[in-house]
Amino acid sequence: MSAGAKRVEQLDRVVIRFAGDSGDGMQLTGDRFTSETAQLGNDISTLPNFPAEIRAPAGTLPGVSSFQVHFADYDILTPGDAPNVLVAMNPAALKANVADLPSGADIIVNTDEFTKRNLAKVGYAVSPLEDGSLADFAVHPVALTSMTVGALAELGVAKKDGERAKNMFALGLLSWMYSRPFESTLRFLETKFAKRPDLVAANKAAFQAGWNFGETTESFTVRYEVKPARMKPGTYRNITGNQALALGLVAASVRSKLPLFLGAYPITPASDILHELSKHKKFGITTVQAEDEIAAIGAAVGASYGGALGVTTTSGPGVALKGETISLAIALELPLVIVDVQRAGPSTGMPTKTEQADLNMALFGRHGEAPLAVIAPKSPSDCFHAAIEAARIALKYRTPVILLSDNYVANGSEPWLLPSADELPDISVEFTTEPNGEDGRFLPYLRDPETLARPWAIPGTAGLEHRIGGLEKADKTGDISYDPANHEFMVRTRAQRIEAIEVPDIEVEDADESARVLVLGWGSTYGPIGAACRALRQRGLPIAQAHLRHLAPLPANLGEVLAAYDKVVIPEMNLGQLAHVIRAKFLVDAVPFNQVSGLPFTAATLENMLEDVVKNG
Amino acid sequence: MVSTIPITPVKLTAKDFKSDQEVRWCPGCGDYAILAAVQGFMPELGIPRENIVFVSGIGCSSRFPYYMNTYGMHSIHGRAPAIATGLSVSRPDLSVWVVTGDGDALSIGGNHLIHALRRNVNLKILLFNNRIYGLTKGQYSPTSELGKITKSTPAGSADSPFNPLSLALGAEATFVARTIDSDRKHLQSVLRAAAEHEGSAFVEIYQNCNIFNDGAFELIKDSTTREDHLIRLEQGQPITFGAQQQFSVTHPAGSFGLKVQEGGEALVHDATVDDPAYAFALSRLSGSDLGTTPIGVFRNVQRPSYDELITKQLVDAKAQADGTPEQMLDGLLNKADTWTIL
Repeated sequence: MSAGAKRVEQLDRVVIRFAGDSGDGMQLTGDRFTSETAQLGNDISTLPNFPAEIRAPAGTLPGVSSFQVHFADYDILTPGDAPNVLVAMNPAALKANVADLPSGADIIVNTDEFTKRNLAKVGYAVSPLEDGSLADFAVHPVALTSMTVGALAELGVAKKDGERAKNMFALGLLSWMYSRPFESTLRFLETKFAKRPDLVAANKAAFQAGWNFGETTESFTVRYEVKPARMKPGTYRNITGNQALALGLVAASVRSKLPLFLGAYPITPASDILHELSKHKKFGITTVQAEDEIAAIGAAVGASYGGALGVTTTSGPGVALKGETISLAIALELPLVIVDVQRAGPSTGMPTKTEQADLNMALFGRHGEAPLAVIAPKSPSDCFHAAIEAARIALKYRTPVILLSDNYVANGSEPWLLPSADELPDISVEFTTEPNGEDGRFLPYLRDPETLARPWAIPGTAGLEHRIGGLEKADKTGDISYDPANHEFMVRTRAQRIEAIEVPDIEVEDADESARVLVLGWGSTYGPIGAACRALRQRGLPIAQAHLRHLAPLPANLGEVLAAYDKVVIPEMNLGQLAHVIRAKFLVDAVPFNQVSGLPFTAATLENMLEDVVKNG
Repeated sequence: MVSTIPITPVKLTAKDFKSDQEVRWCPGCGDYAILAAVQGFMPELGIPRENIVFVSGIGCSSRFPYYMNTYGMHSIHGRAPAIATGLSVSRPDLSVWVVTGDGDALSIGGNHLIHALRRNVNLKILLFNNRIYGLTKGQYSPTSELGKITKSTPAGSADSPFNPLSLALGAEATFVARTIDSDRKHLQSVLRAAAEHEGSAFVEIYQNCNIFNDGAFELIKDSTTREDHLIRLEQGQPITFGAQQQFSVTHPAGSFGLKVQEGGEALVHDATVDDPAYAFALSRLSGSDLGTTPIGVFRNVQRPSYDELITKQLVDAKAQADGTPEQMLDGLLNKADTWTIL
């Protein structure tokens, strides 16, 4: 696979979208292209977009699955607003995605799938390849399927297996077009199909055929290069938010010296965390796939009571079911991490689409005064550190912590500068092993004066036998108490101990400190907000950005930060849940900006909105 | 006895298991007798107090942990088996007991009960069945007889009750037994067998609620009637009952179930029969009317416990450990396509 003699053009950034039928392997193709791109040293951000149905009827619009990758020779924050290149494996993929393309974009279509029947399935009376409707774009018709089958014929590969390798042909072609190193893909194929040498050969041959096609065909006249980005020195890998979150939980177990116990019930888009953690028993991790969401958190509470780092992972509908048990954990004052990978609701909603609409539930969604800590990661790799932070707070303050991820960060990916395990925070805590009261009594609700945490005395500790439960507890002794003054004290103390959790101050990015408008975000909107702010500053419009990782308790300096600006704008993928909190708590006339389409904000949307605020107030 | 739980040489007494909390059940409640029987029996196990945990849900019976001087958790309605599962699986050195009631275990917590039994988690589940909701002041329960007139069913309940033992057997339980609050000796013998069982042990305890359902089990408690209605199952003994042992439990040829008849060749009881159909047939001898009610151990078979299987997976995986946890973590983080920027 030597470089061809074609013209080579330099680009600083490219956005490619691979789109096809759910069964066409577009997620895999995108993953491999991303990995090749990472190897090259570009900065990357990716966004998969797929239906909840495993295989919707072939060739239909609901069955379209896509994977978008944005790569550049500088650091980027989002998977890109609009693709420069669309790979459309069938008419449905073209139809579902063409509206997102800017004029001049390249479209590579698999002409073999543009049959009368397939066109009719998505309502094309005439093929868009022939009716001039794609005149604004550079269309590259490629007979992907038949060329793949042809290339594999001499290997004796069955036609069906040959057809299935067409995604590797497409990957080979795109890898040629963008001068990607392909060794990691060949290695990957060898591992993936280790038990089927015939499929290794077929997929490698399909990849090579795609590469060679690019080199020889006249329909591609230019080859592109995107130089490596300048990034901090160190070792990197590409990682999705769910992977990073799972690894963060492993790290939390290692750095707390406690066995990790995960109770989970399968739910999109959180199941991958269960899958990942179930592979790491070597670290002493126990995963229980429970009979339901309630049992999953129940088992985690039981394990926490026994001295493990108890964790449960789910999405919004699961958190709703877990509410009563979270309330129990608040009364028991035991460590617990609840991971909510948010998806679009209400009810089943859109399980594979993103939203930030569980903030209210996380902050307030329980009976009684039931406060807990809430934190949200801002990017895929930040899920790693956010998981450790959630565990730190849970263990030190003996409280449930809700970690609010969402589908956008969970399935999106970016390069991650690998930390060294030794440099991660030490989050270990001590179990109580000696009586803490007079006459050798043990007082399970005698608090640490600083953290207000109660002692964690686990079963098996002689002399500290005690009973806890959901009934109101008397201060210090933990006996059942209906005393009015005691309840007042305990309710206020539970609120106070969450407020007393030490969290870092919020930082403001305000390049020349001349901004009058502050944009405040939380969670996964960090990327698009950051990209929009950069674009505005480049155009000479000052804007300040602050991003909340801790949503409960809020950073101590937040009020001061908000008061320093004339205008505060809060973009959220909900109908203004953080904005409500900020307005209520700080009496700041914050302006909500909301999108609930199931898709992340584009940088352009936010740039336009913020430009208007900066210019017109 | 479960081999992972430590044994203490220190001789404990019933008093050692009494907590300093005032017991607050209604005077005359069957729960007192069960509490006394459990506290009296616990020293026999030889397990250190600190390695025993009682987990309960919500209801009158679920106050039980407060009165035991062991570790304990009074949790939320129906969820005790789930919480106890997490505790038991992560701490094989603990003897974990679940105390629950007919509403707690069979209504709101039905799902957790059947799954704990299916998994064969190492839990000893004591279901206090009084056939009524006591703590909420007298509504019918999932074990109340059809037509039960209560505050919530003034015209009589319209739903058929569960047979708790049939349900447990259907959920693949490996140990299933029934006993009665007032028969301390029998109660303790059943608890002993349950404690010795590896895996889930399900024990239904008929318990009288003297406030809202008084006398529910009188037929098999009253000395003038019980001999003709109560069937005591004894391992290896023919199943006969009656004042003169004149009644036999038999298996008529061609029938799926068992039958009670006067005379005839009585079946010899064997709780270790692998086919659950036998224990199920025994469980069907009694209905709401308690006409012929077996007590004792219905089923006691061996199957690896969930705890044991999970622990084995952990032990096998940990044997592959290659370095300090931090070194292994570094290895894990780097186990991907990585690249280095200089």
